[in-house]
Amino acid sequence: MVRTHVLICGGTGCTSSGSVKIREAMEKEIEAAGLADEVKMVQTGCFGLCASGPIMIIYPEGTFYSRVTLDDVKEIVSEHLLKGRVVERLVHKEDESKDVQPVSLAETTFYKKQHRIALRNCGVINPENIEEYIATDGYQALGKVLTEMTPEEVIDVISASGLRGRGGGGFPTGTKWKFAAAQPAGQKYVVCNADEGDPGAFMDRSVLEGDPHAVLEAMAIAGYAIGADQGYIYVRAEYPIAVKRLEIAIGQAHEYGLLGNDIFGTGFNFDVKLRLGAGAFVCGEETALLTSIEGKRGEPRPRPPFPAVKGLFGKPTIINNVETWANVCQIILKGADWFKSMGTPRSAGTKVFALGGKIKNTGLVEVPMGTTLREVVEEIGGGIPGGKKFKAAQTGGPSGGCIPASHFDVEIDYDNLTAIGCMMGSGGMIVLDETDCMVDIAKFFLQFTVDESCGKCTPCRIGIRRMLEILNKITEGKATMDDLTRLEELCYYIKDNALCGLGQTAPNPVLSTLKFFRDEYVAHIVDKKCVAGVCKALLSYKVDTDKCIGCGICMKNCPVGAISRLPEVPAGKKLAPVTIDTSKCVKCGVCMSNCKFKAISKQ
Amino acid sequence: MKTLEELAAIRDRMKGRVALREGSNDIRIVVGMATCGIAAGARPVLNTFVEEVNNAGLTGEVTVTQTGCIGICQYEPVVEVYKAGEEKVTYVKMTSEKAKEVMEKHIKGGKPVTEYTINI
Repeated sequence: MVRTHVLICGGTGCTSSGSVKIREAMEKEIEAAGLADEVKMVQTGCFGLCASGPIMIIYPEGTFYSRVTLDDVKEIVSEHLLKGRVVERLVHKEDESKDVQPVSLAETTFYKKQHRIALRNCGVINPENIEEYIATDGYQALGKVLTEMTPEEVIDVISASGLRGRGGGGFPTGTKWKFAAAQPAGQKYVVCNADEGDPGAFMDRSVLEGDPHAVLEAMAIAGYAIGADQGYIYVRAEYPIAVKRLEIAIGQAHEYGLLGNDIFGTGFNFDVKLRLGAGAFVCGEETALLTSIEGKRGEPRPRPPFPAVKGLFGKPTIINNVETWANVCQIILKGADWFKSMGTPRSAGTKVFALGGKIKNTGLVEVPMGTTLREVVEEIGGGIPGGKKFKAAQTGGPSGGCIPASHFDVEIDYDNLTAIGCMMGSGGMIVLDETDCMVDIAKFFLQFTVDESCGKCTPCRIGIRRMLEILNKITEGKATMDDLTRLEELCYYIKDNALCGLGQTAPNPVLSTLKFFRDEYVAHIVDKKCVAGVCKALLSYKVDTDKCIGCGICMKNCPVGAISRLPEVPAGKKLAPVTIDTSKCVKCGVCMSNCKFKAISKQ
Repeated sequence: MKTLEELAAIRDRMKGRVALREGSNDIRIVVGMATCGIAAGARPVLNTFVEEVNNAGLTGEVTVTQTGCIGICQYEPVVEVYKAGEEKVTYVKMTSEKAKEVMEKHIKGGKPVTEYTINI
């Protein structure tokens, strides 16, 4: 009889830090200890605290081990599983400096403030076992819909819940379904957009890896609601674990009769096919995605007609993002009022964010809408490492903007973020501190969109390239204030004239940094200074000859031989101090990091 | 699978197995499983509790877990029962048979089996 479950994270983060090998070693060790009948290993989806992976949780105690290595396996089995002694040194510590440590996952500040709906099964069930999904009320919502509700009632519940598209647009999901349902009967399609492309965003991947059936079930529900019998999941090929688990899930759902023909004996048919994307950012745009599923080059087309009217293969199609799907079954089971009780009046429910950048707890968090940015960064995220100051949070990736420190207490929802010139986006949240240059950040995202522009329309293909050139000039200290004016003009022109979302939103990172950090742009242009010390062309390294003792370590380490000794040895010193030839210097910073006497500084 | 009943059957069968991962039950049975406990025969006692709890369908209410040495090695196997709002009961020199009795009388019946406790 099984008395203990050992959960080990099988998400992409922990897998890349070796969780699969650890699982295999654990299984061997458990077998060797004669515990195979008592202890069950369960590989789950992402727990969310990716920064501390590989993560292992042992139930029923709920002991939470982080940063487990292969060397720890023997000790965990012989001490914890055999003798019941918690291996204290491996227990997750939120703050190394404090003595009192929480031992269970739920007690950590990282989890306490979270409210998990889309992620409810991630890190709890084995995503490769449909029965574990069924155990947590899986496929009950589909059963309820097929046997107790009319398609209109389903759409009414989704509309009343206030669920809005989690891919970033925030369009009301129920309204979208209503449009598609209103089309004349015939072939219709349901599509899941799993082409997650924003740099730093990984919540869709985690849902697919941790709870693939939740997406399949929701798609079947939508199929019933609009009268479609075929679903497609468009997922990037670069998410191999998600693809594998989806394949397993679709196979198991067929085996159990939860996909296929005559589901629950109601005569309703629904099937799901996978389509792998090659990783073009533009294919996350819905019309480009549909074109790509059709087997054509992934290019967007003008809307209207909207996909709900004329979508995949010219048929009415609803397309929703992974996280949106992950909310649907819970809304059906618990009701619209339950969902509306969370979040803000105009943004119901929760939102998953992928926390990254200058933050302690890099990982995945799900919070009710209306949670303040401060709570997400300082409490759940654990703050900024190294005691540095919060400067801004970048949300929405290359289509989004930044939330500066002055809006640190903004309650995060669709409308509040739009009001400050930012956007919710799909949920990537990159935290920036005082050592990040905002012009450089804008440049980074623009470089990304330039690379990813499909080239179909001129404003995007040519326009954002011109913008990038101006940004390059600014970071190199070669720009004038006229360039800045031209940059802004271009922003508005491209916003108004690009064909699809990629181009229309590409100027956002520039516009929002200009709005909140214009002085940084001006400092680059007029004073030729980068305050954060990022833009290399504007930096210069200087030696403080009073502090320099002339040890010569910097001279040895300089890769270009830019450092030489001054001719004279000053009174009271044994060696002559050094000097840097700025014409040779490549600004790598090696001299500064090697100087024990802090005699070299950058300006 | 063709019916909702079949789905419900799978759910009920699996629920007990996944419930283990919820952790915080009202009743906790803790078995001392240090070297002293294992040597004195704590493993069959632990397994008996696990089986009995499962058979009784109480996985949602009762957690069976293990702990290290409590310090009274001469009394091993030691089992402690924690019920919310009640004082902890410590059983000593346990066996599988005694464990079954504790399950019946204490866990299900609500009355500690005083002849096996340390207090007497």
